[in-house]
This record gives sequence, structure tokens and C-alpha cells, in this order.
Amino acid sequence: MHRTRVRVVEEALDANNTIAQANRADFDRAGVTVVNFMSAPGAGKTTLLERVAANLPGVRVGVLEGDVQGSLDADRLAGLHVPVTQLNTDPGFGGECHLDANMVRSALPDLPLSEIDLLVVENVGNLVCPAEFRIGEDVRVMVSSVTEGEDKPLKYPLMFRTCDLVLVNKIDLLPHLDYDVEKFLYHLDHVHPDVRRIMVSARTGEGIDAWREWLAETAARAPAVV
Amino acid sequence: MVNTAVKHAAGRRVTVVSLRVGRLRQVVPDTLDFYFGFVARDTVCEGARLEMEVVDAALRCNGCGHEWAIEIPAFRCPACAGSDVAVAAGDEFEVESIEVEETACIAHG
Repeated sequence: MHRTRVRVVEEALDANNTIAQANRADFDRAGVTVVNFMSAPGAGKTTLLERVAANLPGVRVGVLEGDVQGSLDADRLAGLHVPVTQLNTDPGFGGECHLDANMVRSALPDLPLSEIDLLVVENVGNLVCPAEFRIGEDVRVMVSSVTEGEDKPLKYPLMFRTCDLVLVNKIDLLPHLDYDVEKFLYHLDHVHPDVRRIMVSARTGEGIDAWREWLAETAARAPAVV
Repeated sequence: MVNTAVKHAAGRRVTVVSLRVGRLRQVVPDTLDFYFGFVARDTVCEGARLEMEVVDAALRCNGCGHEWAIEIPAFRCPACAGSDVAVAAGDEFEVESIEVEETACIAHG
């Protein structure tokens, strides 16, 4: 008996990436642009979606709701009359802290891809793991609310570095907080120089038009259905 | 990861799985090691040792070509202040190689 070394050199998350590519191919074929929508818990993802989902001129929006438990967010969005599909990461108590490509793949048969142009996948609230797992998205959007503090880009660099848009939410609360916007932007600039950012308040509606326009432009860049 | 090792082992017993893990990835070596033991159970990787080579982070500016190493997450080019910066190293999370046991009775080739 002797031992030999076998050269491998394969990405450890290769299995996830392969499925993510298959998801992306299916979305492309259907002409659907996919947004991976991420943030810490309670940053305001669902409210920011409520603000724009039913009101994107010329863009038919669908939502895939990822949650550890329950359908509270999906129920909220259902009132907007856009197709919402629930994806729980565990049917019991507990469950995964992020969506991966395989979970999204399992939801594909339930998605009305022929009836939508833009699919927003609301990921599980978490700034760590969702950043590591591609799900087949075209773009990544993250929400960072001002109640979370200015240091978050430095603490969760992969999340901030790999997103295409940062929504800085709850700016209506700024008069009541010690939060320093300039400091946050300085940290953001370290981790992801020149990344597009929009200051918003889901509560008052400030900045929501810019968020809506960004989404509409992103959907318009979608590959045409062949 | 275990699946990758099992595939390349082609039925042989795996004694070592060697990884390359970049500092820019969110991998916790002790945790990975702990759960590797669970996932490897009942496979040819059961009992295998996990080796991890940590790869330092290095960036390259697509604008001016400057290359530099980083220890903190600062991604703007210090030479030209450009923001079009690529990761030259530190993004790895790969199974680099495995060590397997060859039984003498198997012909080589």
C-alpha cells in the first residue's frame, strides 16, 4: 500500500456554481432579469419591494421570497397583485441562513417565468452566507439601513464588494441617530469604490423613484427572448 | 467538497484533502474542519485529514496595472485612485489535491 497525490484544482463550491449557471440559462431563455436582493434582517427589503413591485411601468415583476420560516413577507407582497412564490429554507423549525442555487432551482417549476420580465429574489436576512452563494442572478442589490451603523462595509466586505447597488435605507431616522453618512460612504468606498448607491426611506418614500428607475433600467438591459 | 474528492478518488481511500482558501473568502478553518468530519462519514473520505493553505489577498488595477497586497478590505487603487480593480489572489476556495491510498494489487496505468 502506498499513497499518491492526485491533482484536483476544482472550486469547492463548484456544485453550487454549476446549478447557478443552469438557473441563469433558464432565466435568460425566458427573458427574465434576476435580482438577488440581500441585507441583514430587518433592513427593509420587503418594504422597499412593496414600494416598487406593483409600480414599474412596462416591467412585469415577480418575487421569490426566501425565508427560514413562514410566509409573512410573501403575504405582505401578495396584496400588491404581483406573483409571489414562497421558498422556505426549511419546512420545520430552523433552516438555512441563505438561499443557494439548488434551492432556487427547486422553486423554478413554481415560478411564472413566461408572465414576468424581472424576478426579485428576496434572500434570507444575513450579511455573510448569501454573499458566497450565486443563485443564477444577473445583479445583486443589498440594503444597508442606517440603524446598522457605519462600519458594516468593513465587517462584511464580501457582501458589499459583490453587489451592484447599495440601498441606504431608513434615512428618515438620521436626525435621531449618531450615524455619520459620510463615514459610511467612506467605508463603502474602501470596500467597493464607485459602487452605485441610493439613499432611500421606504417609510417616507424619499429616494424611491431613483430605486424604481434603477430597477426599470436593469430590467430593460435583459437579453431579448430568442 | 467531499463530492469532488470522492469523484477524483475513483474508489480509492482518501487520506488527505488539500484546500487553497483565499483570505477574501468567508471560510472559518476550524468550522470547516469540524463539519468535514461529519460530511465525510460513510464515504472514501472518512477519516481523511483536511489541509488548508491560506492565500493572501492581492489586487491588480485594470486602469494602471499596479499590483498590491491588502490586509484590510481597501479596494481602491493606491497608485491611480481607480476603482476598476481585479482580485489577483485571495478569492480562492478550491480543492487543490487529494492524497489517496493505492493498493498494491491494482495495476498502474
